[in-house]
Amino acid sequence: MSAPMHDCLIRMVEDEHPLEDYQSGVPRWCSGCGDNAVLAAVQRLCRDENLRPEKLAFVSGIGCASRFPHYMRTYGFHGIHGRALPIAEGVKMARPDLHVFVNTGDGDCCSIGAAHWLHAIRYNMNMTVVLHDNHVYGLTKMQVSPTSPKGLRSNTTPHGSYLDALNPLTVTLGVTNVSFVAQAVDWIPEVVHAVIQAAFHHKGFSFVRIIQRCPEFLPKMWEPWLHDPQKTLLLEHQDGIGYSAGLQKIYKNRQAHDPADIHKAREIASCIDPIPVGILYRDDSVPCYEDIREAGKPRPIEMVRSGLEAELDKFTVWPDAADAGAPTP
Amino acid sequence: MSETLTSVREDETAPEPPLPRDSIGKTVVTTLDECVVEIVSDSGEGAQRCGQSLGAIAARMGNGVWTVEIIPAEIQPPARSIAGASGNRIRLGAKRIANGGDGVDVVVAFNEQVLLGRVRSGELKPGCTIFLESKWRTHGDPRIAAAYRETYEELVELGYLVIEVPFEALCKPIVPDPRRGKNMFVLGLLCSLFSFDLKLAREQVRLTFRKKSDTVVRSNLALLEAGAAWAEGNLDVKYRIPASRAKEPQIVVNGNTSIALGVLASGMEICAMYPITPATSASHYLSEVFERVGGIVHQAEDEIAACTFAIGASYAGKCAVTITSGPGYSLKQEAIGLAVMCEIPLVVVNVQRGGPSTGQPTKGEQGDLLTTIYGSHGDAPKVVMAASTIEDCFYSVITARKIAEAFNMVVVVLSDSNLATSQQPFPRPKFDEAWLAPPIDQSPVPFGTKPYDWNPDTGLIRRIVPGQPNGMHTITGLAHDRDGRVAYDPVINQESIRARSLKLASLQKTLKPPPVFGDPEGDLLIVGWGSTRGAIEEAVTRARDEGLKASSTHLHFLQPLQPGIKEIMQRFKQVLCVEQNWCDRPDDMMIDENNRRYSALAMMLRSRFLVDIDCWGEVMGQPIKPGTIHDLIRARLA
Repeated sequence: MSAPMHDCLIRMVEDEHPLEDYQSGVPRWCSGCGDNAVLAAVQRLCRDENLRPEKLAFVSGIGCASRFPHYMRTYGFHGIHGRALPIAEGVKMARPDLHVFVNTGDGDCCSIGAAHWLHAIRYNMNMTVVLHDNHVYGLTKMQVSPTSPKGLRSNTTPHGSYLDALNPLTVTLGVTNVSFVAQAVDWIPEVVHAVIQAAFHHKGFSFVRIIQRCPEFLPKMWEPWLHDPQKTLLLEHQDGIGYSAGLQKIYKNRQAHDPADIHKAREIASCIDPIPVGILYRDDSVPCYEDIREAGKPRPIEMVRSGLEAELDKFTVWPDAADAGAPTP
Repeated sequence: MSETLTSVREDETAPEPPLPRDSIGKTVVTTLDECVVEIVSDSGEGAQRCGQSLGAIAARMGNGVWTVEIIPAEIQPPARSIAGASGNRIRLGAKRIANGGDGVDVVVAFNEQVLLGRVRSGELKPGCTIFLESKWRTHGDPRIAAAYRETYEELVELGYLVIEVPFEALCKPIVPDPRRGKNMFVLGLLCSLFSFDLKLAREQVRLTFRKKSDTVVRSNLALLEAGAAWAEGNLDVKYRIPASRAKEPQIVVNGNTSIALGVLASGMEICAMYPITPATSASHYLSEVFERVGGIVHQAEDEIAACTFAIGASYAGKCAVTITSGPGYSLKQEAIGLAVMCEIPLVVVNVQRGGPSTGQPTKGEQGDLLTTIYGSHGDAPKVVMAASTIEDCFYSVITARKIAEAFNMVVVVLSDSNLATSQQPFPRPKFDEAWLAPPIDQSPVPFGTKPYDWNPDTGLIRRIVPGQPNGMHTITGLAHDRDGRVAYDPVINQESIRARSLKLASLQKTLKPPPVFGDPEGDLLIVGWGSTRGAIEEAVTRARDEGLKASSTHLHFLQPLQPGIKEIMQRFKQVLCVEQNWCDRPDDMMIDENNRRYSALAMMLRSRFLVDIDCWGEVMGQPIKPGTIHDLIRARLA
């Protein structure tokens, strides 16, 4: 008993990580960008959970939000447009011991990477996926995105966009093996932190959509919601997230919702006014693909040698075959 | 011919096939140096299985063998169609065989239409012996019967020796569905024809059907015996190809299986792929066996996901592999550029097929060389190797993994559909622990170590893997500095491009010059790469036997190029690249020196060495034949 206790004491001193241990560089996002709120929440989560920085891998695609890994003092992989999810899946399959986070924007996830998004839900690999949804292409300067409201005047839709917005929540909730869906808005940091924390603790593909303001290109889009607390719906349940007394005083529009109820979750997800925040859906029983595939199983050299030899035997013609008869099948 | 044959023949005017018999009516055994056999059928009649089994038995007998699949584009092409031929070509020889040869000596056809397809494309040698399923002669549909008779007449007129055999009728007493059983009957027939040991044939049948029930094995063995017995009783001729039995154990696999075995042996643990012809069979086999050695085959949702999944796995652990063919390779190009930029080791296998676009999925071509070397936007240096034999497929993957991890580079292994489906015995590999990757480094990184601390002389970096304490950094496809941070400085961008380029030169310094086949100097040097090797070297041998001063060299590395190539070329009066990709014909009216498009390797060698290299290429979907190259040499030298 004493030895492990001793180890614990040493480790506590060594492994106590302050917030700065997760911070790297000064973010180059615009002031007022929702990405800053997510970064603060994630860094706080890492500190609160006392995660070892070398065990964290943040994977992203391309876009404003995909700069995220650069601002974490952890391992990070800033990949190519739309492909954050398959890269993250490869990381997780090779190294199930790592905590994998994915930061992806609405263009990255819901447009160019949409196929990967659907399949990633189905694989249900244990990772925390944050959809930074600001409803517009920012890095390429104001083009319509799949989640843009209909009629948005952008550089590619100067007369207003033509189609209704895609709803990332209903899409996610419609895919086989969906296991965790939550939503938050960047202007309520407490909820951003709470849903990301819940996502981190869920074993499986935890999908968190953060509704974000783009101060540069869509500064006014969420004004009515900011000014009217009734336009935000807090989802409450013992299996959901809690809300502080201060928050409850402001946001009185609350609804009990059991995250186990997928039908109700889909109904709530369809609603954009008021915006539901909190945990919409959680199912801890969905198996993770990396577990099904037994990722990270020890692989001694002897196992490789004997496996290869057995396979080679199957195809071998021994020199005395014609005389001795049977080769070893 | 036998009574059995004449008795099922209705058309009394059909000529008796003049098989040789000696004066007292005993079977004549003819000794051959080599023989090319084809079995062609509609899809699903088991011709491929029959051909592969025959090849394996021949290898067991100690014969040289090369088998080639004849594959239609569709799974179930229309029955009895000229373009629907499915089957196998087996070239048997007394010595080592390295290609499918020229014309066919013996063909077994389950209907006359698929046979016509082979005749029309000039695959049959004059006087070729044909065993033809005769049931069509009396078919209920008068059009089919008429087509059969008409073709029969045509074949006889063309001088082929046509032996009609009621295969299905002969199999009917043994199996309920003779359409699917006759392939093993034919195997028995051919084993008898080539004087193969039936004991080995039985073993091979048991191996072929190892996953099936005892009943299936038993009935296939019965079919084998019946076929052999039929041949003994009805054929007056037998062939014997002397065996030159290898002294060491050999394995008999096709190129794709060889690649998969190479993946096993290389110590790679993750293969991410998406189904595509003709690469997929490598992943099929790997899927069957990889888990037994702790490996994982991940069938991704698309080609891009397969490549990025492999990149993610490589980044976080050991080098991973993705296996694909042309269209899939095109889709992966952007991701390959990411791995180049981030210096993540990655092995990509491209089993080339006919292109562009969907092209000829089941047919071979060497059309992807330039896109492999120069593909992905910007300057994206990567290593490109080409396997030239079935054995090479195995070792190339092992070498590729080692280079990928030693240089933190993308290594592409080029194969093609010719190698993918061909079988050739090669010495059984002896497992070597050095093939495997070392365990993932999880030791703390010394403070101050930079993830992209490019060595100024070699361009090499020290790879830091997630999980290593103190090594935390973010990698990015953006231009980056030594810390991996986004580079806004134009100087660091140039430095990093220099470093990544330098790695190719560093690798090149470790390579040996390619060997020359034939004399080291002479009148004509043929330069090739990939699956054309067997045909080129056979053609060179034939030309040399005629006294022509021709030699050849075959390049294993295409990027970087091996040293000494210019010196080799300078010792010959003419240099000719022979490739299975397109080059403009100088005698085309529109073509002149200002607009002629050269074949891929010729273009590369001309630009690098400023040597006037000519080229010849063919894109017929079939492997280039040794006879074709031999004619080419003669046209230039004789």
